[in-house]
Amino acid sequence: MSRTHITCTVNGEDTDFLANPGTSLLDALRDELGLTGAKEGCGTGDCGACSVLMDGKVTCACLVFAPEAQGRDLLTVEGLSSGDGVGGDHLHPLQQTFLEGAALQCGVCTPGFLVAAKALLNQNPDPAESEIRYALAGNLCRCTGYDKIIRSVQEAAVQLRSAT
Amino acid sequence: MEYAAPTTVDEARTLLTDNPGSRVFAGATDVVPQMRSGRPEPSVLIDLKRIDRLMSVAHDNGHWTIGAAMPTSELTSNGEFASVFPGISEGAGWIGSDQIQNRSSLGGNLCNGSPAADSVPAMIASEARAVIAGTDGERTIPVADVVTGPGQLSLADGEFVVEFEIDDPPAHTGDAYIRMTPRTEMDIAIVGAAVRVTMDGDTCTDARVVLGAVAPTAVRVPDAEAALIGSSLNEAALAEVAAAASVAANPINDKRGTIEYRVQVAGVLAKRAAVLAAERARA
Amino acid sequence: MTAIENPKTYKWVGTRPIRHDGYDKVVGKARFAADLNLPSQLHAAYLRSPHAHANIVSIDTSRAEAMPGVKAVVTGGDFPALDITDPNHDVSINVLARGTVLYHGHAIAAVAATTKAEAQAAAAAIEVEYELLPFVLGIDEAMADGAPLANEQNYQKFIGPSDPSNIATHTPLERGDADAAMVAADIVIDREFDCAHVHQGYIEPHACVVDTGADGKANVWASSQGHFMVRAITAAVLGWETSRIKVTPAEIGGGFGGKTTVYLEPVAARLSEKAGRPVKLVMSREEVLRSSGPAPGAKLRIKIGATSDGELTAIDGWMAYQVGAYGDFAGMVGAMSVASYKFPNLKLESWGVLSNTPKTAAYRAPSAPHAAFAIESVIDDIASELGMDPIELRLKNAAVEGDLTAMGMPHPRIGLVECLEALKASDHYQSEPAEGAARGVAVGFWFNIGEQSSATVNLNEDGTATVITGSPDIGGSRASMALMAAEELGIDVYSITPVVADTEAVGFTDVTEGSRATFATGKAVVEACRELKVELCRRAAQTMGVDEAEVEWVDGAAVSSSHGGEPLTLAAITAQAKRTGGPLTATASLNAAGAGPSFAVHCADVKVDEETGQTAIIRYTAVQDAGTAIHPSYVEGQMQGGSVQGIGWALNEEYIFSSDGVLMNPGFLDYRIPVASDLPMIETIIVEVPNPSHPYGVRGVGETGIVPPMATIGNAIKAATGVRMSSLPMSPPKVLKALGDAR
Repeated sequence: MSRTHITCTVNGEDTDFLANPGTSLLDALRDELGLTGAKEGCGTGDCGACSVLMDGKVTCACLVFAPEAQGRDLLTVEGLSSGDGVGGDHLHPLQQTFLEGAALQCGVCTPGFLVAAKALLNQNPDPAESEIRYALAGNLCRCTGYDKIIRSVQEAAVQLRSAT
Repeated sequence: MEYAAPTTVDEARTLLTDNPGSRVFAGATDVVPQMRSGRPEPSVLIDLKRIDRLMSVAHDNGHWTIGAAMPTSELTSNGEFASVFPGISEGAGWIGSDQIQNRSSLGGNLCNGSPAADSVPAMIASEARAVIAGTDGERTIPVADVVTGPGQLSLADGEFVVEFEIDDPPAHTGDAYIRMTPRTEMDIAIVGAAVRVTMDGDTCTDARVVLGAVAPTAVRVPDAEAALIGSSLNEAALAEVAAAASVAANPINDKRGTIEYRVQVAGVLAKRAAVLAAERARA
Repeated sequence: MTAIENPKTYKWVGTRPIRHDGYDKVVGKARFAADLNLPSQLHAAYLRSPHAHANIVSIDTSRAEAMPGVKAVVTGGDFPALDITDPNHDVSINVLARGTVLYHGHAIAAVAATTKAEAQAAAAAIEVEYELLPFVLGIDEAMADGAPLANEQNYQKFIGPSDPSNIATHTPLERGDADAAMVAADIVIDREFDCAHVHQGYIEPHACVVDTGADGKANVWASSQGHFMVRAITAAVLGWETSRIKVTPAEIGGGFGGKTTVYLEPVAARLSEKAGRPVKLVMSREEVLRSSGPAPGAKLRIKIGATSDGELTAIDGWMAYQVGAYGDFAGMVGAMSVASYKFPNLKLESWGVLSNTPKTAAYRAPSAPHAAFAIESVIDDIASELGMDPIELRLKNAAVEGDLTAMGMPHPRIGLVECLEALKASDHYQSEPAEGAARGVAVGFWFNIGEQSSATVNLNEDGTATVITGSPDIGGSRASMALMAAEELGIDVYSITPVVADTEAVGFTDVTEGSRATFATGKAVVEACRELKVELCRRAAQTMGVDEAEVEWVDGAAVSSSHGGEPLTLAAITAQAKRTGGPLTATASLNAAGAGPSFAVHCADVKVDEETGQTAIIRYTAVQDAGTAIHPSYVEGQMQGGSVQGIGWALNEEYIFSSDGVLMNPGFLDYRIPVASDLPMIETIIVEVPNPSHPYGVRGVGETGIVPPMATIGNAIKAATGVRMSSLPMSPPKVLKALGDAR
């Protein structure tokens, strides 16, 4: 089986890697690029733990075939803390509010939530609670009951709005 | 397994015809779970998302044209489309999470062949047409004729859906799609109901009622439509709609719901969708 | 937060610092087991049983062994046969079947290959000949006379050997005369209930990496709730000495009791030994649901008698827990978990029943939720029959210190009354339900446990401290350990580095289970810190030239009344350690007793769509006695998480088996755990009735929160519709059917 050569941008850097055509983008990120922040919770798009942004759109990396990434701009949780115009190398406001708000327990769903929440706030800087709940419905968390996650996204939205 | 990303319909058609066992895909939201659950891998995965025609939406000459591979998030965020076909927009919007919405497409939702496909009932209610490319060029057929049974399509080998066409509705027309799922999101419809009505004042002059997830394919319910046409959607008419929908439902027992439940709720949702569609038609 | 009977104020305990391990978790650096890759690592995959019950006539691995990339294949024959009385016998035949498969999805063989795809292809190429056996899938059929045996090697190990049967346990508990009390009661309500199997639903599938070296020693990186447990079971299943295995705990992506046992590690270790290379073994979500620990299903009959003024006089209960294909203690715990009310007369009988379904595992307060669903539903019916407020009825009968549990153990100081009072006074309970909504309340109890823990505290030369424990952190316990150490030592919480160390770097520690980590391991941390404080004072006395008895440890420094100079800070003392007697370190190991029982009271407002049977949770409040909340945010988090798991259990989660014993919903699409849009905020009220057996009054908080929600919601549905739901989950089809039947 011949491996495909794929070039793309990952977290702002030009990147290339080899992958079998049927390899998922998630496996390529984790195994070829060493970016293990995105997790496999289900492999079928039902839990959101592998959420990444592809050309700014949140998607499950487990449902993307690696060659589809050709020429695309990818953002993973590892790229969240820089290049957002807020605080330079510091944590993204979502990362900070998740920490302060105790929005994580085991932490395995956290990267997916952060990425999905960023996508939401990019699109809707002032979401209502129900909008946050529906926007994050594709991300399963089994530890927190979502309460502190929703509150932390609300708080990050406030901070991001006041920063712009 | 190989991967190919053609940029024209012709190129895709050639790939599909020349490679036995190949398969087109858009968002892979069904393809990947199917492969993981042991379905045979295709010889070539043909990615349709690099063909502009399949990725765009346009409104001209009295109809809408929607690319078959365009992510449903782009359709649901199209305000003009949503104001004309709120039911289709709703149906497309229920396909899955935001993550799924950025991948799922009308073409994929239809051609997966699931009786529970959320975008299909409202498309049928608006008599949407599918433009199909194949070895002999293109043909156009009603969306209602594409799926023939669970996972079964009327498409010939080498054919794939390129785009959908939906005619502008008459004035004072509204549509709605309501589904029943145990969770509020991330779920497959146990029952779905789409209704489109055209109103003249308080009187319904035209109606289509389509049910999902209660038969091998989405089904139109002519008796419910007849009950609506000429009525003011009063209680008697709505009771008739509900009864007709329950009669038309021919579901199975499965992990998602019982026959009894689906039959009963098909009536409830048909009635509710009719009320919502009429509200929109009057607005 | 309601603080009751807790006069102490602390500097660090009760504050909400950012957890130490949090930073790595928000930037994607935290290493979970599946994130680890070793050089020359192989990937492994299983072959699993397609049948619910069958003898394995033959296994031919030769074709698989010849396939590309394959480096090793193992079957049950590669492991020693443990005696049937060995405590690890069942787990040893669960990790890979020996001779007989006991449920659909039972692992039969495993392959290690260069890639996962190659391993999967080779596993599928293993040829197995089966002889099909009769099987049982439900409690009634398994308990029927002449039922086929689910597992011919099962005997009632928890009450002594007997002939093989489908009965794992039988637990009768009795006090007073329940029969006579029922006759004398003014009101008796008798109902039957059933509960489907549910899964813990941790988001991280089981995973491990094992490297077995040429010296025969294995390095294991595991996702588990207890790495000493992984070491012990892996060694037992392999027939090795414990010292051949070192287990390093990876970050664990949720457990809830489901990671208190072993599935993968012995298999990966043997594959690694055979191949001479590290092996990574990760379950798919489908494997997690088919083949790892669901909680038992259950059938229950509960009869409760009361006087007309609401005094509960007797309970008579029959409970059967479906524990899967192996013996398990779940049935015993069901009856034992009855402990919330005084009940002068009590007659309970609980059973553990086998079936050809996956081996069940602990799930958050194991077995208590089923019993509470039934009992709290019946109590609610008594309250409504008598026209009493459900909280008043419960207050009237609530257990207090000295009252007996069903086991006959007197309760120590407990906080059930305080929890009920706190809910009664809450904004939620004092407000009317929203229009169209109705309200339910219910109580939950969990024992909590102590068990063995070790902690080492090293004071560093710069005045910081490293707190080393052996308790995997499944919900923020590192922050709790750091807070208790900060309080003891009087230094900043961020001057403490809490570490969960491997099996060779810290003393033996039992599994993080039974809500024990902050209680028992915390107690060990406090003991080690207190030993250090004595030593710090001794060193300070030496430096100050005063008598040791005159030195006190105050606010992070040694203070002497007779020494005029500045107090000697911890940093000042550690900087001089070399001159004053060497490194400052202390270890405490204990078998903790006195885990304080925990109570919770929940309140839910729901709306029921009577045309579709769908229940929406409009408002939800969880009240729980935490003893003392060390880190209130993570106490709230445990309460909220438990509540929502319970809401899922109440409304939609269930194992659906085909008539062949095949799980029909082995994925997160159809095994429906709650999503964010299903829920309101989960309001919390932490009650603090300190546990006298812990230096800070800690009671475990992890488990109790999952006990009340099912009855809370069932009671709210009853209030909304008048219909008593007696079957979990209370899914839309079941609610609609019950509404129809009632009309």
